[in-house]
Order: sequence, then C-alpha cells, then structure tokens
Amino acid sequence: MGLRRAIVLFALMEVTWSLSVTTIGPETVSTDASAHPEPAEENTEQKEAAEEDVMATGELNPNHYPAQRAAKVVQHYLNLRHGSPYKLFGLKEVHSGNAEEVADSGRKYQLEISVHEIISNTKEKCSAEVFFPSGAKQLSPQVQVSSCEEILKLDAKSEEEALYQQYKTNKTVCTEKRLPDSYGHVDPEMTPFWHLSIVASSFIMLKESTENTLYNMAQVANITQLATENDQLKFDCHVLLHDMVSQEIPQWKLLFTWSPAEGVKVLHTEQLPHIHQSEKQAKPN
Amino acid sequence: MRGFWFLLVLVSLDFWRHPVSTELPVDVRVPRSHLGAVKEYLHAHSIPFTVMIDDVQELLDQEKAEMRENLIRERNTRNFNFAAYHPLETIYSWMDTLVAQHPNLVTKLEIGRSYENRPMYVLKFSTGGTNRPAIWMDLGIHSREWVSQATGVWTANKIATDYGTDASLTSVLNTMDIYMLIVANPDGYVFSHTNDRMWRKTRSPNSGSLCVGVDPNRNWDAGFGGPGSSTSPCSDAYRGPFAHSEIEVKNIVNLVQSHGNFKSFISVHAYSQLLMYPYGYTCKSAADQAELDYVARAAVQKLTSLYGTTYKVGNICNIIYQASGGSIDWSYDVGIKYSFAFELRDTGWYGFILPANQIIPTASETWLALKHIMEYVRDHPY
Repeated sequence: MGLRRAIVLFALMEVTWSLSVTTIGPETVSTDASAHPEPAEENTEQKEAAEEDVMATGELNPNHYPAQRAAKVVQHYLNLRHGSPYKLFGLKEVHSGNAEEVADSGRKYQLEISVHEIISNTKEKCSAEVFFPSGAKQLSPQVQVSSCEEILKLDAKSEEEALYQQYKTNKTVCTEKRLPDSYGHVDPEMTPFWHLSIVASSFIMLKESTENTLYNMAQVANITQLATENDQLKFDCHVLLHDMVSQEIPQWKLLFTWSPAEGVKVLHTEQLPHIHQSEKQAKPN
Repeated sequence: MRGFWFLLVLVSLDFWRHPVSTELPVDVRVPRSHLGAVKEYLHAHSIPFTVMIDDVQELLDQEKAEMRENLIRERNTRNFNFAAYHPLETIYSWMDTLVAQHPNLVTKLEIGRSYENRPMYVLKFSTGGTNRPAIWMDLGIHSREWVSQATGVWTANKIATDYGTDASLTSVLNTMDIYMLIVANPDGYVFSHTNDRMWRKTRSPNSGSLCVGVDPNRNWDAGFGGPGSSTSPCSDAYRGPFAHSEIEVKNIVNLVQSHGNFKSFISVHAYSQLLMYPYGYTCKSAADQAELDYVARAAVQKLTSLYGTTYKVGNICNIIYQASGGSIDWSYDVGIKYSFAFELRDTGWYGFILPANQIIPTASETWLALKHIMEYVRDHPY
C-alpha cells in the first residue's frame, strides 16, 4: 500500500472560460495628410463684449470661426446641388477669407477653401462667395462657387444608376433603425440612404445657416421610401441636426425625391418641436 | 520506530516532510477520519506534535478561488475590448481590474457622487511622494461625446502598461502624478445609453421647468453667466442657476482646490479636431497665450504624425465660439497654467456617433499630444 499522495492541487485548473470577448485590432484610418499652413493673416481686432453682434470684417483668420462657419455653408450648398448617394462633399480647409458689410442688406464673405469629395477621396481648391442677408426675416444665405469644376464633375453615374434601378421597382427602403446607430454603425445596404439623407438635410442646413450657426447632420432617425413619382424615387425621412454654436439638436422631417438625372429635390420640410426630456419615452437607441 | 512505520502502513499517512532520522521533525497530513487515532497514538508514545494547519481543504479552497479571480482579472485587462463603447458599469468594473493589475501605480478615488448618486471615480497614477505636482484629465463631461470616455479608458490602460517601458512617460510619473476622471458625467452617460444618444447635460432637474439638466461646461466659475451660455433650462447650453450648482462640477472643484498642486488641467471633448487653450469667456488673450499656443502646436504636430489627422489650434473664443463658464477657463484662472481642451475626431461626418473602429486610432494619436503636454509640464515647473 503506497503513500497516498496529497490532494491534487491542480484540479484548480478546471476553470471554465465563460468570457467571450472579441478583441478588435487597431485599424489605421487614413486621412489626407494635407499641409496645414500657419495662418498668414493677422487677426482683425475683435471687440470683447457682445461678441456675436460685432462680426469680423476685412481679412479673416482662416482658422477662426467666422471664416469656418461661412465655409461650412459652402459645403451644404455643394452637397445640395451636387451630392448623391455616392458623392458627398466635406470642407477640408479654409485657406483665406475676407468679410465685408454690404450696405444695409447683409454681409458678404469671400473664401478660398479646399473641398474634399469623401467617397472618392479627392480634393480641390475652390473659390466661394457667401452672402448672409440681414433683416428681421431670416433669409437663406446665397452661395456662389467657382474654380471647383473637377470635383463637381466626378462621375458616380454607374453606381447611382444601379441604385436607382434597384429601388425604382424591386426593392423598398424602410427602416426605423437609426443611421448611424449609437455605435457609429451603418449597414452597408443602408449607406447610400444615409448619404442621401445628408444631401437632403443640406437643404435645411443651408437654409437655416447664419453667421451664428455651424450645422452637421447628427443622425437619421428613420427613412421610408414612398411610391416612385415621375420617375423620381421618393422618400420621407426624419433627421437630427447638430448646431455646434448652440449645441442644440434640431429635428426635421423631410419629403424629397431623387434620381441620378435630377439629383435631390426637397418637396416639404417640417421642424419638429423641441421635445422636453420628461415627455420623451424611454427608447433605447 | 517500528510501531510508527506499522501505523503508517495502516493509515496511509501522507508525509509532507518524510522521516529521515530520530532528531529531525516530520510533517504529516492526517485524513480527518484518522485524526483521533493518530493523536492517541502520538500521545501514547510521548511524541510531541503541533498542529500547523487545521484544515487543509479550507486553504486549498481559498487558494482556488483566488487563482480563479486572478485569471479572470488577467483576462479582463488583456482582453478588454478597447475598440468598443461600453456602458458605465463595464467601465467601472474595468477600472477595478486595472487597479488590481497595477497596484503599485494606480489607485481609484471616489471624489463624490453625481446628482443621481452614482460614484465619480478618478484613477490616480502615482509612483509615490506626497502631493506631487499633478496633471488633471477629465473626459466625457458632455455625455454624448462617447469617443472621449472611450479614449480615457484606452489612455488609462496605456499609462499603466507603458510605465516602466516608455522612458518619457516613466520620467513624468517619477516626479508627477496623473489624475484621470474618465466619466465626468455618469448620469448623462447612462442616459445616453438608455434614452437619448444625443444627451449632453447633467440630469439634475430644473425648478419651474419640465426640462432637465445643466451644461456642465457652462457651469464653472469663470465668466459665469456671460455671453455664450443660455439662461433657458431647456437649452443644451444652459448655464445652471449659479456657478458650481452641478455636483459633478463641484466634486472636481473640491478635489482640485484641496489638492492644491495641479500644474496642468486637460478637458477632453468631441468632436471637431481642435486643441484649444483659454479663454472661452472672453476673446482677450490669456497672459500665457504665446506659450500655450507654442505647446499646443507642437502637441498637434505629434498627433498629426500618426495618421495625418489635422487639428486646429487656438483659444476657445476665436476657434469655436465665445462660451462662458468653461472648465479650462476656471482652471487657468485659479492658477493652473497649462490648461487645454481637446475636441477629438471627427469634423462632422459621424460627429458624436464616431464608429467604434476609430476609438483606438483616435486615442493613439491623442496620446502623442498628451505625452507632449505632460513632458512639457514636467520640464517647466512653476
């Protein structure tokens, strides 16, 4: 009869590995390594009190907010006029800016900017003029863009046509899923409609822009395709915008059409009232 | 001795220190069922003994539990998914695993509670000393800016794991402490998960209004009540009834003031890709503007070097807007010279809803800027 060995200490090793966590490796996000010039112009003297009432005039610091806000308006204009599910414009940089009072009617900005087409990742320098009308009734800014032809001629026709044909008769888009969802995710199939909503939102963002706003589209709450009308795909969507200056999230409903030939045409817009928090139902998103 | 060996055979005793000679002691594990018989025998033969361990099984069970716990902890810090947005509870329990993993460097301090009574935890990174000059970082004060809290988690882990191997970080920590408040607005953060992804403010009620919450970055005692904050409780930029009305803000103020030796104060927000310095409440230049600008530009160069992400640099008032009651204006005006505010990725495409696969790239590039600032603060004591 041999010595009985001690308890096997290493029955301890029967630990069940019940955690299943996926580690996602870091992904390189390549962004344009554009040269970012030092602001060459001197700051114009800016009065301290009631900052927003006395706007900068003359040569502008391109990195300061007056030029940046005006340039953002150009982005909305370009997206509305030339955007599509496969073509979207972003403001890459402001190189220089100049602002002047236009006697009794408003203020005009002249800008040299770089515009970026997001999907093809191409960049071009453009000249633009933005006019903010003054007056009690808030009128939309007016935008003119020049020397920007290449980027606007970018061809996404085949993808646009394919999407158009697919959804004209066969498929229908209808989703209550937010685009992107809370985690920044957009289903690949929904991506063109996320882009289309950005284009349609640009109509509102352009119309609502002033020297005291800076809009981006924050999220699509939902988008529904309606019956095709006059060969135009027709959509109803609910979007959340973000105004960087007030930090508010204005919500709008939009009725719009799209085709490769006609682009986006907004038929109807409606701003939704600011929902008080206590009235909102708990809704995970 | 013969009798003893006979007993051994009979009882199958388990010797942990075998008999070698009559002068040397022997250690034996005795099964419970034979305990009585063995003791009787030892007494009968006048063999002195002491009980070293009363219950071996108990010890083994304890050890087993400890090992299991350690394995889980190890797995947690090694496998924690930094490339994902986590709810508050997950971040809080991860903090405990980080502290457990690096007990000589990291401690967790509760600096107070939120309006809804959630603890506010600061991770303190310290290699010793007493009240060393320190660097402050707060993240997620605006709850919808999720990449901020996520960057905090990654950065805390980075500091803990790189201490000892990264020469520059090690040298910073050898003379300074780092305090990191990863979730400065826990109530808002929870609300942004459960109810409203776009929630920014605290969750304190406002008397006489249906609207909830105060903008915690308009609530600091720095130009409080001036242009760039709202008087309406329904506004996302509502300043609050008075400076430091928000407990979340007051907790930080109390800590910083009682510590008394912070040399840098960094608030991390999203989005816009900016690195800014005071002031927001006025467009007048801060006394140290030239130096702060110099530091910020160099920090941004380091940031950009990683992936080419471009940032703009300037004072808050000129770069984004005049805004009163901001955190870094307060910290600067109480004498913390190296006060900076980050606005992380992106520039508006995804905005607040930055895809999770950009968390680590964002945190990695930001880390280079943070390190630069910390090194500069280390090298420029005041």
